[in-house]
Amino acid sequence: MKRTLENIEKQFETFQILNEEGKIINEDAMPDLSDDELKELMHRMVYTRILDQRSIALNRQGRLGFYAPTAGQEGSQLGTQYALEQEDFILPAYRDVPQLIWQGLPLYQAFLFSRGHYHGNQMPEGVHALSPQIIIGAQYTQAAGIALGMKIRGKKNVAITYTGDGGTSQGDFYEGMNFAGAYKAPAIFVVQNNRFAISVPVEKQTAATTLAQKAVAAGIEGIQVDGMDILAVYAATKEARERAINGEGPTLIETLTYRYGPHTMAGDDPTRYRTEDLDNEWEKKDPLVRFRKFLENKGLWSEEEENKVIDQAKKEIKEAIKKADEQPKQKVTDLIKNMYEELPAHLQEQMEEYKAKESK
Amino acid sequence: MAQMTMIQAITDAMRIELKNDENVLVFGEDVGQNGGVFRATEGLQKEFGEERVFDTPLAESAIGGLAFGLAMQGFRPVPEIQFFGFVYEAMDAINGQIARIRYRSGGTQNAPITIRSPFGGGVHTPELHADSLEGLMAQQPGLKVVIPSTPYDAKGLLIASIRDNDPVIFLEHMKLYRSFRGEVPEEEYTIELGKADVKREGSDVTLVAYGAMVHSCLKAAEELEKDGIQAEVIDLRTVMPIDFETVMKSVEKTNRVVVVQEAQRQAGMASHIIAEIQEKAILHLEAPVLRVTAPDTVYAFTQAEEVWLPNYNDIIEKVNKVINF
Ligand SMILES: Cc1ncc(C[n+]2csc(CCOP(=O)(O)OP(=O)(O)O)c2C)c(N)n1
Ligand SMILES: [Mg+2]
Repeated sequence: MKRTLENIEKQFETFQILNEEGKIINEDAMPDLSDDELKELMHRMVYTRILDQRSIALNRQGRLGFYAPTAGQEGSQLGTQYALEQEDFILPAYRDVPQLIWQGLPLYQAFLFSRGHYHGNQMPEGVHALSPQIIIGAQYTQAAGIALGMKIRGKKNVAITYTGDGGTSQGDFYEGMNFAGAYKAPAIFVVQNNRFAISVPVEKQTAATTLAQKAVAAGIEGIQVDGMDILAVYAATKEARERAINGEGPTLIETLTYRYGPHTMAGDDPTRYRTEDLDNEWEKKDPLVRFRKFLENKGLWSEEEENKVIDQAKKEIKEAIKKADEQPKQKVTDLIKNMYEELPAHLQEQMEEYKAKESK
Repeated sequence: MAQMTMIQAITDAMRIELKNDENVLVFGEDVGQNGGVFRATEGLQKEFGEERVFDTPLAESAIGGLAFGLAMQGFRPVPEIQFFGFVYEAMDAINGQIARIRYRSGGTQNAPITIRSPFGGGVHTPELHADSLEGLMAQQPGLKVVIPSTPYDAKGLLIASIRDNDPVIFLEHMKLYRSFRGEVPEEEYTIELGKADVKREGSDVTLVAYGAMVHSCLKAAEELEKDGIQAEVIDLRTVMPIDFETVMKSVEKTNRVVVVQEAQRQAGMASHIIAEIQEKAILHLEAPVLRVTAPDTVYAFTQAEEVWLPNYNDIIEKVNKVINF
């Protein structure tokens, strides 16, 4: 029997453009971005880092609900999103709120999602997305459907979906890629490999050395990218998008990244399953640090500029929280209203019952 | 006797059975080193090793399939579904396969599996974490469905479930995990599956409930007592099979019944219980049997959760209706 596994795994090298020192090590792959666009990437990463810090603080004060921290994953989240067009469709997981925000979901709605208010799930006009998926993997098969729909309609767009390293163990993960591959549908499957699924390390999740290689079985392209390098993430996504809309099929992108914080704010304690050494090792790879160095060397970024972004973020977050506070309180009758297009008789009865209760 | 929370009693039951029977295996997402997201398996991996208590990759359908396969090898698997809202992922493994194996093998194969899972609402979880899906499982012939309401019951019922030779869905209400402590013997004991418990005696009305709603019923009963109404509270403890003998005995005494469930109203346990009561005891009834349930929407978004969930006031209201009928 010919052994193929080793040969296959060897081919999945990590794609990197910007190293930890902020030096370009792969000039040929450098995406075609203007100085303003490069600065915009930095702006978004700084803003998103502040948003994460504020969200954690607000959660601790009881002013936000469910929240999955994002610090460490900005390169991976924002690099993929920046490669999209407005008409592309995003299927995020629970940690992928930043992509929605940069695609146009107002901040106050992101806060309402966290608080468990349905208005947080109502995508505004022009944002083509689902609200964050809670069931690990469900979005992968749905992405195949959205992508196939785009193909049938002749749209030059893609469906992009996200899961984590843990998510790759779900059947839905394989099923989604396999369907999209079979239909050559324009989908991009992103796996943000932050090394842990809550407490379970990726080494216990699978015998595969890379997650990108899981594309091979589905017959689609797969690439492993340094997720702390926003330029590499952007370039890989851009290319996957080009190929997808040219009818060349879907791509699996594995981004190597890390979440600095706890899994969510609901009682997870990373010291139970991660060492400080590992945390430190990954913080050295920080996407903001290396991109800042890169921009500073080009004379495109300064402390002053960074402070401006920080102030703007803080101000907008404050306003958004205020706006979220001002939304009408959600009622049971609101929930009943959204069950069916036309309420069946038993729900009409219950509607009356709760109207009476709510007016008390 | 030790004072324990329900989660401690659950851990204790698993520890005892891991010690008693080397065929008992505990596994699921994050149950190993992390001790489970609710710490139900805290310390068990350390005590019994990675071969007996282990993390699985993230896939509920495979957790179900794995449990099935291990059962075929003579093990007594105790898998955890991290939140019961994720059980949809494992529906074929559980309802399609595990539940049917004794039947389809003509009684020659069986699956002594106890699937533990947190469920129930009121603790502000995100979507799909807090559903009450016991009715869905109770509708599947071949499964037993157990729901404890106290630390004492949890320990005895879990040990009995693990020792049972048929598959058991063991549902642990999240709100009860740490909300109070109760007396729990340190030694092992079992509570027979399918036996209800009268948690409070009364002569005027019977309240039938299980899980967290038992406590809402007890609170309602206290309030009702102030108005001179003596409510009897029956904790079913097992919703499949149901101990109708205990229910009927109470109905014959009080002649008035309110059935309480946290789940939505449509096609739920309460409908089933009421159907049985009217078939078996209609001539003992002085009033229609009423239900207290959540409304028929998908589980509430957290911001409306408190109003959506049935509470003791809703129970009092319905009791007054059957009393004044
Ligand atoms: C079907 C399903 N099973 C389990 C969970 C509980 N859960 C939420 S996040 C998580 C770990 C996911 O890890 P990973 O895919 O690596 O994503 P990350 O959180 O690291 O971004 C688990 C087990 C869930 N939400 N859905
Ligand atoms: Mg992960």
